[in-house]
Amino acid sequence: MEKILTVNNLTKKYGYLTAVKDLSFTIEKGNVYGILGPNGSGKSTTLGIVLNVVNRTQGEFSWFDGNTSTHDALKKVGAIIERPNFYPYMTAIQNLKLVCKIKDVSEDKIEEKLELVGLLERKNSKFRTYSLGMKQRLAIASALLNDPEILILDEPTNGLDPQGIHQIRQIIKKIASQGTTILLASHLLDEVEKVCSHVVILRKGEKLYSGRVDDMMATHGFFELKTAQSEALIKHLESDGNFGEIKTENGLTTAFLKEEMSAEVLNRKLFEKGIFLSHLVKRKESLEEQFLEITKNQSN
Amino acid sequence: MIRLLQIEFIKLWNNRASKVLIIAYFILLTFISLVAAIKFDIGPIKFHLAELGIFDFPYIWHFNSFIAAFFKLFLAVVIVSMMANEYSNKTIKQNLIDGLSKWEFIYSKFLTVLALSTVSTIFLFIISFLLGLGYSSYDEISIIFSDLEFILAYFVKLVGFFSFCLFLGILVKRSAFALGFLILWAILEQLLFGLLGWKVTSWETANTIKGFFPMQAMSNLIDEPFTRLSAVQNLGDQIGEDFKFDYAVHWYEILIVLVWTALFIYGSYALLKKRDL
Repeated sequence: MEKILTVNNLTKKYGYLTAVKDLSFTIEKGNVYGILGPNGSGKSTTLGIVLNVVNRTQGEFSWFDGNTSTHDALKKVGAIIERPNFYPYMTAIQNLKLVCKIKDVSEDKIEEKLELVGLLERKNSKFRTYSLGMKQRLAIASALLNDPEILILDEPTNGLDPQGIHQIRQIIKKIASQGTTILLASHLLDEVEKVCSHVVILRKGEKLYSGRVDDMMATHGFFELKTAQSEALIKHLESDGNFGEIKTENGLTTAFLKEEMSAEVLNRKLFEKGIFLSHLVKRKESLEEQFLEITKNQSN
Repeated sequence: MIRLLQIEFIKLWNNRASKVLIIAYFILLTFISLVAAIKFDIGPIKFHLAELGIFDFPYIWHFNSFIAAFFKLFLAVVIVSMMANEYSNKTIKQNLIDGLSKWEFIYSKFLTVLALSTVSTIFLFIISFLLGLGYSSYDEISIIFSDLEFILAYFVKLVGFFSFCLFLGILVKRSAFALGFLILWAILEQLLFGLLGWKVTSWETANTIKGFFPMQAMSNLIDEPFTRLSAVQNLGDQIGEDFKFDYAVHWYEILIVLVWTALFIYGSYALLKKRDL
């Protein structure tokens, strides 16, 4: 796999506070990564360091093959950190022309990218007249001007209204579907779950997990079951060695698997025992449940 | 280099306030030539400024570069705010993320300072040249093009002063405070000079030390031209006062300002490099 970003033992201290602690991870081409973590877990600081605006205390990071200087590498990166920053007195077009000059790319993609984020009609309005959602979309257009190898987004939906959030997500999905590598920092788990294939989980500057979303926990998921014969059901489940924890809430029985088992197998087994189900769903934990589980384990 | 200048040009020229100030600055520079038209003709008192000899070559190089240097405050506002606005709009962060290196960022600002100073110097040269041609009593080529070191001193003075503004802009991050600091600094230099002369050393030594302070060094480049006028000199002779000062531009004066310029630019870079944005 082609590497885009390698981070090795990165540490950042603000006085006595350690914002990022000994962090290592690798970003590979073509994947969509999420950096997860509660507020103040070091997400933005980490991105700030690799984007050349925050100085590291210790550790290394390298872009691409490691032979390009950071600022040259950044010309091949599209990034938006926190709030969109543009010159308020300039129009969208003028701002984007400036970005083209900085990134040293031609100006003929400006219209195309404005179209992509739906700002083409407002291209000659001054930046300060834009709503927050429009500003954020302009920032995405600006980050895409150089058709970047990787798009870095830090809390892209922060402070937006539901409509704005939806628009931004649609844009991100569209970009991801075109094969662009994306690194998305967020504390909104469903956001990450919807678009990311890989995650890095941070807490208080420390890495708790990095890898595929699917492999995040070594569980086999769980069944949600409903039946009129719930006592018989629970008795059977408890006698079956495949199940761990079993709990019943409002007539819904949840049984966690210790080993892999398909819904069909369970259904047949129960049928043979004369237990008839009105509801059978096999699920994996949501990212949120897994995330809470991981952070909980670590705090113990 | 062209790319960096273009970047700064886009930023400056699309800002209405900066544009107005820059244009106003050059219009004011042109107004120096209007001084030539000052003429009082009240009965027996006849006064025509042009006839006092202020537009004589080579004196005009000295006089005009001294007067024109006052207008640099207009550009100082532009330069301080062009730096401080990058902080208040947080665009400095975006510029770096977009792939400008920290050195390129400072360098692009410094190039703008050089460009503005160059244009201003050329402007001053042309105006003085035309005024001189119109009013000077001397018009031999050798006299016209003598004393041109004042034009060089003017350029160095502007570059030094604007570099100081640049440094203050990045240090203080807010334009109004940076300008206030600039004035405060000028006063501090005088206070320090007073303190040195009064308590620490002789007044003569204090004066020499003062020549190394940035603001004083810049003002030393071009000494006041008024006492050099023949009219004033004659007056001095009459009241028995000797007005023979040293008006020349010295190489060491230029060197001091150039060293300060280098320090300011390097200091701006060091500050930016050290800071987390």
